[in-house]
Amino acid sequence: MTDIFEPIIVGFTCNWCSYRAADAAGTGRTKYPPNIRLIRLMCSGRLDPTFVFKAFAKGADGVMVAGCHPGDCHYVEQNYKTMRRFHMMQRTLEQLGIEPGRIKLVWASAAEGNLLVKQMVGFIDEVRALGPLNWPKWQAEHGYYAEMDENPRSVGAKAMEEQA
Amino acid sequence: MSDKPKFAMYWAASCGGCEIAVLNINEKILDVDANFDVVFWPLAMDAKVKDVEAMPDKSILLTLFNGGMRNSDNVAMAKLMRQKSQILVSFGSCATEGCIPGLANLSSMKELFDTAYQTITTDNPQNIRPQVKTPVLEGELHIPEFFPVLRTLDEVVDVDYYMPGCPPESHQIAAVVALVVDVLHGKAALPPKGSVIGAGGSTVCDECPRTRNVKTIKKFVRVQDVEVIDPQMCLLEQGIPCNGPATRSGCGALCPKASAQCIGCYGPADDVPDFGARLMTAFSSVIDSNDPAEIDRILDTLPDPAGQFYRFNLAKSLLRAARPAWRNE
Repeated sequence: MTDIFEPIIVGFTCNWCSYRAADAAGTGRTKYPPNIRLIRLMCSGRLDPTFVFKAFAKGADGVMVAGCHPGDCHYVEQNYKTMRRFHMMQRTLEQLGIEPGRIKLVWASAAEGNLLVKQMVGFIDEVRALGPLNWPKWQAEHGYYAEMDENPRSVGAKAMEEQA
Repeated sequence: MSDKPKFAMYWAASCGGCEIAVLNINEKILDVDANFDVVFWPLAMDAKVKDVEAMPDKSILLTLFNGGMRNSDNVAMAKLMRQKSQILVSFGSCATEGCIPGLANLSSMKELFDTAYQTITTDNPQNIRPQVKTPVLEGELHIPEFFPVLRTLDEVVDVDYYMPGCPPESHQIAAVVALVVDVLHGKAALPPKGSVIGAGGSTVCDECPRTRNVKTIKKFVRVQDVEVIDPQMCLLEQGIPCNGPATRSGCGALCPKASAQCIGCYGPADDVPDFGARLMTAFSSVIDSNDPAEIDRILDTLPDPAGQFYRFNLAKSLLRAARPAWRNE
């Protein structure tokens, strides 16, 4: 056992390109670390920002969004919406204290298995360098999901003392 | 003591606007008085917490509770009111989703206290900070413990109904009062537990009379910077960041009708798990550019996205608070 931090990364992939690229990588026996959990969507444009926020809230350390190259969308131009959403999410997440490097947008066609793997491996290393996010643990420390009759923790009192 | 059913209203971390909205139902307030015995309502009458503590459990029929859980006193009062009430309504945006006080969840407790106790407008040369326990000559003084993260009422106690709005519109309050009176007289049934009452399920756009076309914008503008606002056209189409597409209906689209953008005070519509995420989808769709550099330039015209998307909803959003608040960094 080693003490290296293994990040949990949720990857949203498009049915027509990046999911097939990951599939092609597998068929070609190209290995990639199990840190990344791929979820297939019909299009990267199906990516509701809710999915990304929920992933972080439930304990993901990073989120990858992969779609068809600009101009190549199976649904004509939905990946452009993904591009705009991505920029908007990145800005909002930064204000909430989630580094822009924890979310990555990748364009990969069905033939680019090796390129996708390279991007995923690089992203895993980047997130590993940023360290764990632990959102569920923080929420629990502040009384979320706590037993309702339990006395709220004294984190506040402690923080108030530190200010003295 | 009369044998009328008992009514209470209490405030935690809130501004008091909700109680004003209740008083604003005008002569309908007489229906409240005719049908209820008001036993506890700090804004409107004199009663002490110990009076409430002395009441039997579940003896208050209806409690409207507004305000978020900012400190240990808020939580203690929420638990007390829950214990004494049959129906506890999370009343207004603060109790339901944190509202403006919930925006403090963007900052660490240190930042909050620095702002409150150590800025140029504060005369505090010894930099004294409040403490839960302070020894004085006469003994020990206690004040409530301040929590680094503001929570909503339903994170602390079981809530029967939610009534959104900052504040809830008076006609909606009057309708809810009328419903409860009907229930008392056996003329109506209570909605299922956990329902949102006094509001619609759809969005503000649904109630908005403005015309919507295919929206394409090259920049966002602040409403006060627009010289002439088209009275008929959708505000978002004019580049004014209107939160109508994600906001629950029920207000009658008051703000857009007056050429002011919806700021989202009624919270998320039905089936919207994260208010801000839904707005990001809506706003992204109207941006008229496919070029990353230009998209960035357009987004520069929306300088505070978290404030825009989570103005009322941060404490109830999926992430609930920013990292500095969780970690006190």
